[in-house]
Amino acid sequence: MALEDFVDLKLGHYNKDGIEVVDVEGEIDVYTAPRLRELLIDLVNKNNYQLVVNMEKVEFLDSTGLGVLVGGLKRVRAHDGSLDLVCTQERILKIFRITGLTKVFGIHETVDAAIAAKKLEK
Amino acid sequence: MATVEVTFTPLPAHVRTARLVATAVARRSGVDEALLDEVRLAVGEACSRAVEAHRRHCPAEPVRIEMTDQGERFVVVVSDHAPTGTPAGDAAPPGANGHTVGPGAGSAPDAAAVVHGADDAAIAAGFGLAVISGLADDVRVSSTSSGVSVRMSWPSAAPTA
Repeated sequence: MALEDFVDLKLGHYNKDGIEVVDVEGEIDVYTAPRLRELLIDLVNKNNYQLVVNMEKVEFLDSTGLGVLVGGLKRVRAHDGSLDLVCTQERILKIFRITGLTKVFGIHETVDAAIAAKKLEK
Repeated sequence: MATVEVTFTPLPAHVRTARLVATAVARRSGVDEALLDEVRLAVGEACSRAVEAHRRHCPAEPVRIEMTDQGERFVVVVSDHAPTGTPAGDAAPPGANGHTVGPGAGSAPDAAAVVHGADDAAIAAGFGLAVISGLADDVRVSSTSSGVSVRMSWPSAAPTA
């Protein structure tokens, strides 16, 4: 048991109604963001173009994380897909507002709401 | 003299440690609990920027953070030793060349335009200083021939009624 024994970033994903939901838990920063980037690239390479990133358990997000999410959005849009977010935490939402990214991402309160919104888009 | 001074090898893994130290010193200096998240994020952004600059230009040089309790202000200065024109350069918001950026004056890059443009790293660099400017109460970014320093401060005493 070391001091470093903390949850830095946990990633998981599952498919629901044809939409790939990515669960993110922990801290997305300059150290951990590359793992999220790799996962998003992998999902797109496996023809998943409708993504929902669930950020309800994200404790920290910096501009590196924003860069990865925007990069993911660009990749799915290249295939006429979309990447929506689930987030209700004020401290995370504030970062999206500061950077103007609330206009770029669809941000929803629950995974179900995000999936329902995507179905309406289709 | 700084209250606490930290230098660290420019590796992404150490940015978290820097954030934690800055938050702890801010709390000890009397910064309001409600502002600690902003301190943590802004210091993390400044350190990430410095780490990226050092990794490109001088990976053997440490990044330096000075945290000072100046009574009514808690001041953090993150300094790099990379030549100017590094990641902060092209995408820096107004104020990134030695001007003071007031509260809320941070202007993000055009988000929609960014989505159609650069790669992930460039996007992050573009947003980094915008995030700092949006979060810190007072920000000054100084570029000199020896590097860039980002000075941020927050109130450290209870506001008077």
